[in-house]
Order: sequence, then C-alpha cells, then structure tokens
Amino acid sequence: MVTAAEMLSIAGFREDWHTQAFPSFGSERMGAPVMAFCRFDDKPIRLREPVIAPDALIIQDTTLLHQVSLFEGMSDHGFVLINSNRSTSRLGLDEFFDEHPRIEVLTVPATQLAQEHVGRPLPNAALLGGFAALTGLIGFESVAAAIEEKFSGRVAAGNIAAARGAFAQVTESLGADAAC
Amino acid sequence: MLKQIEGSRAVAEAVALCRPEVICAYPITPQTHIVENLGQMVKAEEIERCEFINVESEFAALSVAIGASATGARAYTATASQGLLFMAEAVYNASGLGLPIVMTIGNRAIGAPINIWNDQQDSMSMRDAGWIQLYAETNQEAVDLHIQAFRLAEELSVPVMVCVDGFILTHAYERVDLPTQAQVDAFLPPYEPRQILDPADPVTIGAMVGPEAFTEVRYLAHYRQMQALWLIPELAEAFSEQFGRASGGLLHEYRNEDAETLVVALGSVNGTIKDVVDQLRNEGVAIGSISITSFRPFPAKRLREGLRHAKRVVVIEKSLAVGIGGIVSTNVRMALAGDGLPVHTVIAGLGGRAITQHSLSEALDKAHRGHLEPLTFLDLRHDVIHREIERLETQRRSGPVAENILRELGSVADRIG
Repeated sequence: MVTAAEMLSIAGFREDWHTQAFPSFGSERMGAPVMAFCRFDDKPIRLREPVIAPDALIIQDTTLLHQVSLFEGMSDHGFVLINSNRSTSRLGLDEFFDEHPRIEVLTVPATQLAQEHVGRPLPNAALLGGFAALTGLIGFESVAAAIEEKFSGRVAAGNIAAARGAFAQVTESLGADAAC
Repeated sequence: MLKQIEGSRAVAEAVALCRPEVICAYPITPQTHIVENLGQMVKAEEIERCEFINVESEFAALSVAIGASATGARAYTATASQGLLFMAEAVYNASGLGLPIVMTIGNRAIGAPINIWNDQQDSMSMRDAGWIQLYAETNQEAVDLHIQAFRLAEELSVPVMVCVDGFILTHAYERVDLPTQAQVDAFLPPYEPRQILDPADPVTIGAMVGPEAFTEVRYLAHYRQMQALWLIPELAEAFSEQFGRASGGLLHEYRNEDAETLVVALGSVNGTIKDVVDQLRNEGVAIGSISITSFRPFPAKRLREGLRHAKRVVVIEKSLAVGIGGIVSTNVRMALAGDGLPVHTVIAGLGGRAITQHSLSEALDKAHRGHLEPLTFLDLRHDVIHREIERLETQRRSGPVAENILRELGSVADRIG
C-alpha cells in the first residue's frame, strides 16, 4: 500500500505535478489496516496532515469495506477504485453509491492480475494502472516508469503487465458505462 | 538534480555527497532507512574511502564516531528516540571534547508508553548537551542542512544534530533537488581537525579537569555556540549563493510584517502552519509565523526582532516538559523577558497524533481573539482523561494508565490520524 502511494507520487512527479506520498501514522502490527496517502498539486505542497477529505480512494482489501469507515470525508464527486473481481453491487455498496451518484466507482481484479503476471498477490501496480485509466490524472507511461523506478528486471516487467491489464479493463468498463 | 524521493534516501544521498569517512549506526525506527541506504552505498563503493561500521548499540555507534572523529575522520551517525537516550553519555562526551560529528535524528516519541511515531521529545531531551541542533522544515531543507552541518561543525569543532521529523519527513516521498558532487565539494572543504590523535605528535584528548578549569572549559563550549549565532546565517547565505536556494539560517519568517499573532514552531509542522496562516489571513486575521531552524544555539535576538510588532505569541510544540509545560515556549519566554508579551503554549502532535489545519486554525483563531489558555493540549480527549482521573480517585488498584486508555478507546485502527 505504501509502495503504491510512493509509485503514484513518482508517476505524478514525472508529469510535473508536485506530489507528496506518506504512510499513515497509525497502529503498526501485521494484519492491521494500513493507509497511505498521496497529494497532487500544481504548487509546492506544505501541508503535512493526513488526507482527511480524499478526492480519490483506492481500496486494496475488500474485507475492510464493512469494518472501517473507509468513505469518511470522501469528496462527493471523486473516484473509488476497489480491488475485487466482484461488482460493487455484489460487494454490497449500492446504497452508498446511490446516495453519492457523482462518485465514480469501479472494481478491478488487481490481485488476480498480479497473480497472473507477477506470480504473487501484490496488487499495487495493477491498481495504479486502473487508477490512471479511471481518473485520467496520469498517463499509463508514467505509471510504467514509476514501476520501473521501484522494481527491476522480471518483477518490473510483470508489474507493468499487470498494470497494463488493469488499465485496459478499466478503460473498457468506462467505455461500457458511457455506452449505456 | 530534481528527484521524487523518500526523505531518508535524500538525507542518505546528501550525507554521501559530504564524503563521510566513518559511518557507524545502529538501526532504530524511523531513522533506519537513512543508514540502510548509506550502508548500501558504502558497500557498492559509491562513497570513496568510507568505512561503514556495524556496532552493537547506539551507545557504541556514537562512541565509535567519537573515536573516529578524534583520529581526524569525518564521522556521521543517525538515531532516534530511545536510541538517542541510550547514547546520552556519549552525546555529552562528543560535545565536551569538541568533536565535529554530524548526527541525524529521525524525531520520534520516547516511551513509555512505547510509541514509534513522531514528536520531538527525543532531541529536546538533548537540547542542553552542547550540540548544535538544527530542525528541518522539508526534505529539501533536511538535505541542505546536512551539507551546511558538516561545514558548521568543522569550522567550530562542535557536533551538530540535524533533526528531521520521523515518518512525516523521513518516510515522505516528495520533490527534492539534490546537488552535484562538484557543488558540494566547492561548499564543503576537506576536514581539517583542530585536534587529532596522531602518533607522530601525541596529545591527550579527554583529560580529567577539576574545579580549577571546568568552568572555563564549559564557558568555551558556550562561547562556540554563541559564535554559531553568526556563523549559521553566514553559511546559509553562502549556501544560497552557491546552490541558488534559501535553506537553513537561524529562523524563517512567514507573513509576519504586521502580524499581531505570531506562531512559533520547529520542523515540518511549519508547512501546515503556513497553510493555516494563509487561510486566516484571507479571513482578515493579522497572523504570521516563525519557524526556528536553530534551536541550539537559541536565536534569542533574531526572535525578538521578528516578534517586535506582535501582541501575542503562540508556540506549537511537539514535546512536553512534564510538570511545567512547554520546552520551546520556555525558551521563547526567556528571549522575550521584559517585553510583557503573552506567550501561549500549545502541545501538539505527541506520539504521532496528526496536527490538522482544522484544529490549528481553531486554536490560533482563539488565541487571536485573546481566549487561548496559557497552556493547552491540541485535540486532547477530555472525556477520556476525565474518566481515567475518576478511576484514579475512586480505585486504589486502578491499573496501568496506558492500557486503561487503550481499552477506553477500543480499536484505534479505524480512524485517520
């Protein structure tokens, strides 16, 4: 999760954004919910508080959906990307998104894509590929370059492939949405 | 070169550019990434003629740095929290002997209760140990302060601590401009020791000093720090000429020209404070801020100048002197003695509690209207402490306080900050 925020900040930096990524300052134990934050701005970022009102949310672990107040402070016209091979309806989120019709929400099977391309259940890169497609904030090439900065060799190539797969799937879902 | 980089990595690269000859360190969160990175660089021979020494404790880390420095090597180490406490005796020795070691502190709370997150209690506990203490506001400044620190330390023969807020800076990825080796070489000349253990010209370093001379030796330590009061701004000036950006110096002032309320703080929280100052200025509040970079020596005169138009001062501080209140504010009050200016202490960010714009602007607005108490604890959960105080008063075996509070709060993982 922390690596995802770091790679997102690198991708943004490559497109001349001022970005800031940092881990949550919460409980540190294995299995505890972990948050990481990333800010984008066109001027230097001075603020050091955690992101309290996110414009976009990437959820890696769906088991948190009904345990933790994940959507607290969420912007009314933001983006939500969830790591899952199930639809948001199947995840029991219809009620929330019906109440917030301007939030764009999609799921992408990032862990599955990572298993396929990297051989390990590490969904970070795939989620960033999906995030680039969903928000249009950063281009896919910047995501790929950020992955290459963090990893090398086969691991980098696998992660880029996973990210490309997620990018394509999300682009397709958005197209299908626009069509109906 | 502009890089999007982790704070710890940026500090490690800056230290490497300063051509250290001996690095010894013992890992402790949140400082670990710095020395891990340096260890890798030494192993990969990216730092020429540098020895990385793995030691068995923080006490050994600084002791080895002392030995290395006494033989004329440029020595560096880093630590945090309990690690700094464990090396306390050596901290006093390094400054007492006048050895120009540079040490990074990845600022972290001190236990008990054990807590790995950021506040500044650790470096504050060593504020009177004779080291110069510089506090970085951003990772860019952390980089720049390390380069200045080696030159400052070596010109005065005084050790320097560069304090970098743990996690908030050490683990943050942000844009940092890293200088070239040629730029750093032009700014930082090779180390020329004032004293050196040299078999060809033997001296004793660390002699026993009795009442006949102890005061004089201590006075000279103070004298050297007073010299730093002019050397620090001079080096910042030279740095800005050479590197093209302002970094370091005794303090930074922000929108304080006509400010009636002035906020004083150390380190990364100044970023959030500046955003709050802008917000309150937009609402018509005459407010400004001062970020103290050099806490030791304490820039009393510069602070007095910066505060001369103020009607009140609010010190936001990440440490607590139990039994009296603020540490930074005590120093600020001393600098302003006789001016009659009210100085408010706001204890904030202890053990990593997020200092939010919302809570800050509420406290500062209150101060501006003259309603802030002399000592407040930002976002203190009054209900929780009242229940615990009640337990303390009604039950003899009330149990351990920290565990009681945790039980009271339930799961802590479902909240931000």
